[in-house]
Amino acid sequence: MPISRRFQLLEKREVNRETFVEPWPEAGLIVADSPADPQPSLRIEAGRVTELDGRPRDQFDILDTFIADHSLDLAAAEIAMATPSIDIARMLVDINVPRAEILHLVAGCTPAKLVDIIRHMNVLEMMMGLGKMRARRTPANQAHVTNRREHPALLAADAAEAALRGFAEIETTVGVARYAPFNALAILIGSQTGRGGVLTQCAVEESLGLELAMKGLTTYAETLSIYGTEGTFVDGDDTPWSKAFLSAAYASRGVKIRFTSGTGSEALMGHAQGCSMLYLEARCLLVTRGAGSQGVQNGSISCIALPESLPGGVRAVLAENLLATMLGLEVASGNDALASHSDIRKAAKLMLQFIPGTDFITSGYSAMPRRENLFGGGNFDADDFDDYNVLQRDMQVDGGNRPISEQEALAIRTEAARAIQAVYTELGFPAITDDEVEAAVLAHGSEEMPSRNVVADLAAADKFLPSEQNILSVVRALQIRGFEKVAANLLEMGRQRVAGDYLQTSAIFDRNFKVQSAINDVNDYSGPGSGYRVSAERWQEIQNLPQVKSPRDFIADQIGEPCARLAELGPARPGVSPEIIVAVGPAFGTELIRTINGLDHEEVLAAILTGVASQGLVARVVKIYRTSDCAAIGYIGAQLSGSGIAIGLQSRGTTIIHKRGLARLSNLELFPQSPSMTLETYQAIGVNAARYALGMVTTPVPVQVDNWARLRLIVKTALLHRHETEQVQDQPPMEMRFDWEPDL
Amino acid sequence: MKTRPIKYPLIESAAETLRAASGCLLADVTADAARAGDLSMADIQISADTLRMQAEIARQSGYPQQASNLIRAAELTAVPNAEVLRMYNTLRPGRATHAELVALADSLETDYHAPECAHLVREAAGVYQIRGLLQK
Repeated sequence: MPISRRFQLLEKREVNRETFVEPWPEAGLIVADSPADPQPSLRIEAGRVTELDGRPRDQFDILDTFIADHSLDLAAAEIAMATPSIDIARMLVDINVPRAEILHLVAGCTPAKLVDIIRHMNVLEMMMGLGKMRARRTPANQAHVTNRREHPALLAADAAEAALRGFAEIETTVGVARYAPFNALAILIGSQTGRGGVLTQCAVEESLGLELAMKGLTTYAETLSIYGTEGTFVDGDDTPWSKAFLSAAYASRGVKIRFTSGTGSEALMGHAQGCSMLYLEARCLLVTRGAGSQGVQNGSISCIALPESLPGGVRAVLAENLLATMLGLEVASGNDALASHSDIRKAAKLMLQFIPGTDFITSGYSAMPRRENLFGGGNFDADDFDDYNVLQRDMQVDGGNRPISEQEALAIRTEAARAIQAVYTELGFPAITDDEVEAAVLAHGSEEMPSRNVVADLAAADKFLPSEQNILSVVRALQIRGFEKVAANLLEMGRQRVAGDYLQTSAIFDRNFKVQSAINDVNDYSGPGSGYRVSAERWQEIQNLPQVKSPRDFIADQIGEPCARLAELGPARPGVSPEIIVAVGPAFGTELIRTINGLDHEEVLAAILTGVASQGLVARVVKIYRTSDCAAIGYIGAQLSGSGIAIGLQSRGTTIIHKRGLARLSNLELFPQSPSMTLETYQAIGVNAARYALGMVTTPVPVQVDNWARLRLIVKTALLHRHETEQVQDQPPMEMRFDWEPDL
Repeated sequence: MKTRPIKYPLIESAAETLRAASGCLLADVTADAARAGDLSMADIQISADTLRMQAEIARQSGYPQQASNLIRAAELTAVPNAEVLRMYNTLRPGRATHAELVALADSLETDYHAPECAHLVREAAGVYQIRGLLQK
């Protein structure tokens, strides 16, 4: 087959590094509507479920049983199951139906019924639904903070910066499990340095996780993974009952819990039973609710590439987020694990959660480079901070982040690194040197960090875990070493643990360390003007990127002393000799003295006149006052020109060769790309104008096309044009004297 | 059954009366107390009573399953750390016989006055038997 150059290039595109497959229901490779998915049904006898989605109780697996006995509101079920799914789908997008009404109805829906509702919705409708059904009114975001060398000062510094950037939750994990207490400690100190009230967790095996919580080192846990089939659940070494017990165990120690599930995990683990990913996720969500977890981390999470390999995968992932909110669960909505090689595809997927807003738009934004991410995450990472902030600014959307200056970042990183250095010293852990502190402040990744004695660190971590040392020892250490504010924030986390307000649905702490949850910040969206709105203050914060400049001094380079060699003589008269008119804009050489790319107006004129002279002609310079439009300047010039040929020249450098008799907007040659123009180009324009005047065969001057120039310079272009337009006045074209001799 | 609504957040509405698991008043959990070394982990640990109040808040706000979980949590505050972990592991699939699960439920009920947790374990024992998830 002959090879198409275009297809050859397309094949190399990032998006084509991904795997795309056709659905295969038997293998569970289908995102929704598998032939094996059951039809919705619910039979209740004597207050007990006897049939669920077509299956009688004696055939229930562990999920059916748990859902039937714990998850469904049987009082609501009769009406819910009798309500046509399309009606519930419509309620989700109907601004006149409040969230509470839908919550009540959905509480009686079986897994198959939930999926049946989604079947009627497109992504836009689901986004509407998500915006309304999200539990907490105020959206937020969560960060991952890890590094490959598990360096405590770097963990603390990155956590501090992440907290300052607005993340409401920060999680870490371990490469080597024995580091767990130290990593948990590092992000606790770092986060509370950056902003008091950030919730933290260290994702490790459950019993270790509980131990960390019991020492006061963590405040939430989202490690509780569950699955949509019995086989997968058991392979995950749990049952709905063991997970429910674990939830209570965590909560009893004051830890906010969140389950984790997501489309694709069952297929990945070989137990999909031919069912669709979305149906199985609906079962997970009902188990999550039944176990009493306040929320869920879903959106396929680490399996994201699997639904994305299938048609409708990204839609299904949005659907699972929506289902979670319909069940009244907090949702940390994925966008964490690497979802695509393609920046376009990744960003497009993000929009489905970013625009409606979720409780946590990403359930783990990598606050350091993705190579440092020990979760296998990093779909969006530290390199993308500015992109994310710009998206917030573009759409006036609160994505949970805020732009910070380099100075602020360095200050907070320094404080956090010094704080953990102090704690290590006070608690007798292997010292963190000043060099390490300094490196942690400035580093992007752990390769920039000095090495530590791994053996000594791990031995100290082993000793710390079972010791009497706990968060209170850390508070005292910080107090002794003068880190009063960080100490106060840590202690306040302890005090909040006593109150337990953050155990409630969707709870986070705001910047004033006030709890903000679905109880006291309930999403009350009911159409335009309601629900969460970006406040004036928050909007200022979102728009004030450090890289924003004042446009007022953008054209400073183009302004200066008026050109001394250029003087106005008097009204210009039509010429009769075979001449060229160089018609310049009203600001030329006076209010503006350089083109957009910094060429002196005098030099530009000299180049043009040199070109004209090289063909044995002369040129007259005329200033046009009645317009700042390039074509009009050239057109007026052409009417005055003895040869009928004129060069129109705007002050910013845009040029046209015009001819008397042509329509105003027509031309012989047009040079719209003023930033690409050089003195050589201007001279060549002069040559060509003269050749046209002499009736010679003329090849157009080659133009450089730089499509990025407009993007880079559009603000400056607008301001230069505005400046020139301000000089427009009702005055005839004026003859100019240009003090120049041809250098021939 | 109508209960008087509890004002949320408790850290504000019950600032004067909240007590930690140790019985220490929240108002006494201060920076000075921390500095003096007068605090222990139990002083910054949530109490069963407070968990029950949070359960009531969840129930009143329309989150009944979460309320049940917080009740179970309140019950588990009486169970020592290591014992909680042991119980959890016993509930994992294939770890225990039916009799062991029933014994766990009894122990929760009688030793720790944790009837809701006991109920959950008994239920699991029944389901595990049917689904072949007991120790083989």
